[in-house]
Amino acid sequence: MKTPRTTIWVAAAAAAALFLSACTAGASDPEGTQKDSMTIAFTAEPVNLDFTSTSGVAIPEALMDNVYESLVRVDGEGRIQPALAEEWDISEDRRTYTFRLQEGVTFSNGADFTAEDVKFSYERVQNEWKNPLKAKMDLVDSIEVVDDHTVKIALERPSNMWLYSLTTLVGAIFDTEGTTDLANEAIGTGPFAIEQFTRGQSIDYVARDDYWGDAPAVKKVQFKYFTDAVAASNALKSGEIDVISNLQAPELAGEFQSDEYQIVSGTTNGEVVLSMNNADGIFKDKAAREAVMHAIDRKAVLDTAWAGYGELIGSMVPPTDPYYEDLTGVWTYDPAKAKQKVEEAGIEGEEFAFAVPNLPYAQAISQIVSAQLEEVGLKAKVETQEFPAVWLDKTFTEHDYDMSVINHAEPRDILTVFSADYYIGYDDSTIKPIAEKADRGTEAEYIAGMKTIARTITEDAASNFLFLFPNLVVAKSDVKGVPANRVSDAFRIADLSWN
Amino acid sequence: MLAYLLSRAAQFVVALVVASVVVFLLMSFLPGNAAQVALGTNATPEAVAALEAQYGLDEPPLIRYLQWVAGMLGGDFGTSYVTGAPITPVIIASVQVTAILVVCSIVVAVLIAVPLGTFAALEQRNWIGVTISALSQVGIAVPNFLAAIILVMIFSLQLGWFPSQGWMASIEGVGGFLARLVLPVVSLALVQAAILTRYVRSAVLDVMREDYIRTARAKGLTRTRALFVHGLRNAAIPVITVAGVQLATLLVGAVIIEQVFVIPGVGSELVRAVANRDLVTVQGIVMVLVMLVLIINFIVDLLYPIVDPRIRSAA
Repeated sequence: MKTPRTTIWVAAAAAAALFLSACTAGASDPEGTQKDSMTIAFTAEPVNLDFTSTSGVAIPEALMDNVYESLVRVDGEGRIQPALAEEWDISEDRRTYTFRLQEGVTFSNGADFTAEDVKFSYERVQNEWKNPLKAKMDLVDSIEVVDDHTVKIALERPSNMWLYSLTTLVGAIFDTEGTTDLANEAIGTGPFAIEQFTRGQSIDYVARDDYWGDAPAVKKVQFKYFTDAVAASNALKSGEIDVISNLQAPELAGEFQSDEYQIVSGTTNGEVVLSMNNADGIFKDKAAREAVMHAIDRKAVLDTAWAGYGELIGSMVPPTDPYYEDLTGVWTYDPAKAKQKVEEAGIEGEEFAFAVPNLPYAQAISQIVSAQLEEVGLKAKVETQEFPAVWLDKTFTEHDYDMSVINHAEPRDILTVFSADYYIGYDDSTIKPIAEKADRGTEAEYIAGMKTIARTITEDAASNFLFLFPNLVVAKSDVKGVPANRVSDAFRIADLSWN
Repeated sequence: MLAYLLSRAAQFVVALVVASVVVFLLMSFLPGNAAQVALGTNATPEAVAALEAQYGLDEPPLIRYLQWVAGMLGGDFGTSYVTGAPITPVIIASVQVTAILVVCSIVVAVLIAVPLGTFAALEQRNWIGVTISALSQVGIAVPNFLAAIILVMIFSLQLGWFPSQGWMASIEGVGGFLARLVLPVVSLALVQAAILTRYVRSAVLDVMREDYIRTARAKGLTRTRALFVHGLRNAAIPVITVAGVQLATLLVGAVIIEQVFVIPGVGSELVRAVANRDLVTVQGIVMVLVMLVLIINFIVDLLYPIVDPRIRSAA
């Protein structure tokens, strides 16, 4: 046995070693909010940088339009604009697209962007991607490199959806040499390169000097991830961050009503859906679903659950889509009628499973919705499910639920969500042929067809479309260029600047 | 002494084996899996099945368990499903961050509790002692996340002395590192200090009733002097036991504080891994935590003979 004194010295030395070795612990997060840098708070953090194998909004939000670019992009009004393709022709039979590519474009690794990269990237979607969104590229029949800056893409059949889907992450252009470590290294043609990715904490971007387009106003940007909305709002108040990209606790917005801050509220592609299991259980009966449609006061739900931020839509289509139509009048709040429908369906007092993800909006909605349903004799048994894991397993995969509530955030997802094998189990036999015809038709036919589909789904009381999730941005008042609407899967840093 | 060490080592191994089995079993009962989470709301059953196969989730549990244990014996905690990167460096980095937090907290807690508790015992019968006693009772009742929120409101939002969140490695700036450390450490330390104060107080009170203190007083020492010369070392034994338990609790209890202050410690890593069903990462982190708790207990056991010569000679 050593003498006590020696032991104490050994212990002290060990503690000192621990402390010194810890000097590098969690290295990241440089200080500084000079006017050429900006720090932006986000909620959903990317688990890696590879959206070709991992789903979810977090990765494209961080990378699309900032690091990766597509041939085309969508603007704030939902129109398709040129990006890496400066122009394109569509053949007479509307099956072949010829893209004329921007010249003088380089990737962040120095490689030149050519038509070969387009062919490589889009064939890779078909062959290598694991993200289920890759199905959007299934239509592509062949990709031909005409010359360095011209590429011809032939589709199996005409499709209105296809060009739009290029504005989403499946359109991202990768370098032929740049896909070896996608999870950790993102190499694209965009205005920014990633300087450091600290998983779970932050992404540091630095503006590229050799970017082909207009140089962004802000040179250094940090995305910082906060699971807790209060922590994010504290950080904004104490000046540690400059922008909250989407405030997840709208009741906190009131604290920012001063000259120091600006609150921008616009639209997103996220429809908050009170989904019902159409294929099985209590809501297989249309009368039961109609009861739910009449029982819910959507305005009250929006006001209570999300402080009135957001928009009533009445269908699965946000106002920024070309085939939007205001369908809020199809189902009116009418408790008497709802009671009548409950009787018709013979379900008064019958308990049903209401699977609620443990997300702030879903928790808030479930309370008021349950209360409103109770009023007309519908008895919801609320089961809180951990999101994503448990909800995806039980509700989404096993379809073991009667009612749920979730924000379907993907752009133009009406046909996905209301296809027969999706968790809602909607009988799509009526809308399927209409969808196919619309996709092949002219643009006018497409819009008309999609309107019919949206109306049919709403009239079938397939689910209750509670409201459109708002794009609620809070920023310091001297931040310029905060976009009101979020219409793509990207958060475009290049639009932001300081006053 | 050798026999003592050997039996401790054997206990250590058995505890680790049991822990590994329990952790692995618990993980397999968790609903949901990494493939579903990675593919999200666009997944088709075929895509999920293919990804499960790639992750090796379709292998029988016993095979997966043995592969995992074999890896750990070689110092390799495996590869994360989600990031595709080795887990070992992730664990090392996050454990360091949490260790700083926890060690600083317990040091601050001891620095507050020992003088306060001693004072409260000495002044047991007057208003100061009663006040300290009452305050420590209140401190125990305050959950540390609430303490954190209140501290942020006062010292960050109102006074602007410290950042409200974040972490900075000391190599990037000692000032920034310390500034970000203060509020989380104080939030954790306050509650622990309150608990510890009560133990110190009662330990000191017990010691004061001992015969040797009376003897010392009879020899002419003042009450305070008798306590400092003869009492404190004796009072230290129960306090060390409690502090050891607290240290272990803090290690896991830092999870919430790490969330509140957005600190990249082991708690944040654990929460994230569970959310993504990145089970190999969860298992790895839990095993490291188990090891640390066992090591802390071991160190506490070693401290007893140092503090108390009677235990030394008994061993």
